[in-house]
Amino acid sequence: MANEDIQKGLVDILVEVAGVEANDVDLDKSFVDDLDVDSLSMVEVAVQAEDKFGVKIPDDELANLKTVGDAVNYIANNA
Amino acid sequence: MTGLLEGKRLLITGVITDSSIGFHVARKAQEEGATVVLTGYGRLSLVERIAGRLPTPAPVVELDVTDQEHLATLAERVGQHVDGLDGVLHSIGYAPPSCLGGGFLDAPWEDVATAMHTSAYSLKSLTTALMPLLAERSSVVGMDFDARQAWPVYDWMGVAKAALESTNRYLARDLGGRGVRVNLVSAGPLKTMAAKSIPGFEGLADAWTSRAPLGWDVTDPEPVARTVCAMLSDWLPSTTGSIVMADGGFHAVGV
Repeated sequence: MANEDIQKGLVDILVEVAGVEANDVDLDKSFVDDLDVDSLSMVEVAVQAEDKFGVKIPDDELANLKTVGDAVNYIANNA
Repeated sequence: MTGLLEGKRLLITGVITDSSIGFHVARKAQEEGATVVLTGYGRLSLVERIAGRLPTPAPVVELDVTDQEHLATLAERVGQHVDGLDGVLHSIGYAPPSCLGGGFLDAPWEDVATAMHTSAYSLKSLTTALMPLLAERSSVVGMDFDARQAWPVYDWMGVAKAALESTNRYLARDLGGRGVRVNLVSAGPLKTMAAKSIPGFEGLADAWTSRAPLGWDVTDPEPVARTVCAMLSDWLPSTTGSIVMADGGFHAVGV
């Protein structure tokens, strides 16, 4: 899957789960600091991403995914 | 071969991710033949998604154990999925941040009260709310963390667990006449969502790993899930008001 498609899918999840504005999402945005996604929302984003992209995101990995770009890269490399 | 929990109808609380103790108990219980209903708190959409990852997707009923309305309608709502219950897992605990992590001397009563209400009193609330569904010889199990000693960083959550242990004994006393067993499983530390909110969890986990006679793996929920399933089964018919240690034997040894 192309990175643009992953990003698009991730934006949809962020909008649904965390009430983020789609236009606010860029690759360099931090989930916590810029998009205000709390830890439990982050878990739900990860769970939805796992289902959507067929990837496994262990808790320890999740902690390392600070930005949208980190998440897109992780999914691209592990899906 | 028949499973350990064949035909058992179970209500399991405390599932929030697929690392939750409740999730693994539900999974194991289904593998052993049980029908499972889950309760979910707060993020129901997340709990429902996780419920879908069980071997058999389980229905989710909303429950905040501190919400009187939720408790009053719980039996009815659970009763829409099962015609009775043979077992209940209480895997619920919460303490506000001031109560954990080293501020024992400063945590205000309001926060401590929240910890007590959610983590200890709720064993009573949950059990009495479900009485209309609980069958003769059913089993109520709660998740404990050994409260006989003071731990680093665990603070008022430890006091709440001491209250849970006492609540367990009184519940056992009052429900024995109806044939309901009430017990706790005192588990070693596991890497769950709840553990993440305990500052200094790693230190506790390291001590466990190096000292428990049987060893301990904070990433393996299987031993605890098996122990809970055993407690939910018919195979400890005379055990109530008890605490079973599923901790690799850590409690038995000193330094």
